[in-house]
Amino acid sequence: MLELQNISFRVDTPEQSKEILKDISLKINDRFVAITGPNGGGKSTLAKVIAGIIKPTSGRILLDGEDITDLSITERARKGISFAFQQPVRFKGLTVRDLITLAAGKPIGVSEACDYLSEVGLCAKDYINREVNASLSGGELKRIEIAMIIARGTKLSVFDEPEAGIDLWSFSNLIQVFEKMHEKINGSILIISHQERILNIADKIIVLAGGQLQAVGTREEVLPHLLAGTGSVCSVLTDKL
Amino acid sequence: MDTIERTLLEQVAELHEVPEGAYNIRANGQSAARNTTANIDIVNKTDLPGIDIIIKPGTKNESVHIPVLISQTGLKEVVYNDFYIGDDCDVTIVAGCGIHNCGDQTSQHDGVHRFFVGKNAKVKYVERHYADGDGNGQRVMNPESVVELDEGSYMEMETTQIKGVNSTDRKTSAKLADKATLIVREKIMTHGTQFAKTDFTVDLNGKDSSANVISRSVAKDHSRQEFFSRINGNNACSGHTECDAIIMGEAHVTAVPEITANSIDASLIHEAAIGKIAGEQLIKLMTLGLTEQEAEEQIVNGFLK
Repeated sequence: MLELQNISFRVDTPEQSKEILKDISLKINDRFVAITGPNGGGKSTLAKVIAGIIKPTSGRILLDGEDITDLSITERARKGISFAFQQPVRFKGLTVRDLITLAAGKPIGVSEACDYLSEVGLCAKDYINREVNASLSGGELKRIEIAMIIARGTKLSVFDEPEAGIDLWSFSNLIQVFEKMHEKINGSILIISHQERILNIADKIIVLAGGQLQAVGTREEVLPHLLAGTGSVCSVLTDKL
Repeated sequence: MDTIERTLLEQVAELHEVPEGAYNIRANGQSAARNTTANIDIVNKTDLPGIDIIIKPGTKNESVHIPVLISQTGLKEVVYNDFYIGDDCDVTIVAGCGIHNCGDQTSQHDGVHRFFVGKNAKVKYVERHYADGDGNGQRVMNPESVVELDEGSYMEMETTQIKGVNSTDRKTSAKLADKATLIVREKIMTHGTQFAKTDFTVDLNGKDSSANVISRSVAKDHSRQEFFSRINGNNACSGHTECDAIIMGEAHVTAVPEITANSIDASLIHEAAIGKIAGEQLIKLMTLGLTEQEAEEQIVNGFLK
């Protein structure tokens, strides 16, 4: 279980001080949790705080009761946190197989690596030896990013807008990937998304706007408000949906 | 062969024992072993130190290994090797130099390789440079390659210098006839206070000739690298040169690609990029459980793979 206690994150510049996250307290123990909210609301920052990429200004982070606030990215990864970037990184020279192998954390056979790629709808034999460089499209990179998270199989997997950059045609396949992951994952999935179809399979929905929690609840509790656009939460979001 | 020489041989030629086919192993300035085949002859030069390698026309799927091993401190040598590759051959040449210097004096190997590649012949040339030894003696290699590609011939040169060479000044020049193709892939990693300079000059003289010169390098610590690549398009031809370098620590890298078109039908491209490892690349690999140092190693190894 992941617990955030009074997490705040402030950026100070000579001109101004901006609070990106304001006193966020949360417990995540459901299998599939979606975070949604308008752009600039603090979602990606929160994900990076969980992965250890950003250190919060104040507050504590607990994983299964252990305080991990001061642990590095590497240490958190080894404790079981995975993070799929919104914009995957390209590596000249490293192949898809290299990355999947690094993600798995042990030498794996071609067939196992191919299984992970097939899960995200990539024809494995076409991709396994491709370099993760500019020759791959944004959509392909996103799928490889997701395959890496599946290969890791950790107790907490955080996805930052997995749908961003994926064309509509591929999108329905992506939903299936998450539905499947939802069924068989042992840990928790935390997914930042604007997509109704992803929110629809969430056990819990968190709405984050202006750096604050606006709503936390089951999809039955939260979704109708979001879709109706009644809450003050975000017309921006409903526009997106 | 002793253990040190065996290690060097493994590093430069990926050989555990004497190779199959034709070979000439030069150890500490002497010819240590040689084998010729029905199609590949190796003879000593009479005027200069070095050998002539003569490959009969039509020789297919054969290889020649000519590793040079130096384990004696203070040994300096200049060797001239000429390769005569007959028409229609399809052969692999593996050269390389390994220096193990435990002493205080400079060990240096300067090799001048000339390749005369016959019509429609296909050559793969692999060259690895490696040095080690914990002495204060410098380990220096200055290779020079001169390539003449006859009509319709194809040559692929793969040169690697990954470790331990203090100073290197590599010169490669090539002249291409009609429909000839030259592909060069260079990999260099320097560390400490090492210096590596490479200088390519390619003359695309023939109609429909083409060249692709690709260099990938990593400069660490206080090392310095200079990369020069000149492609002259003198006919209807295509040429591409690319230098891609990762810079780390306090290193310095200079990349100077130069393309000259002397024909209206020459099509030439150059690319050069120098940059440090992107922070997000490190972060990505750290989220997979690697330490920052492990992440850096993976990125560098992948880049030079």
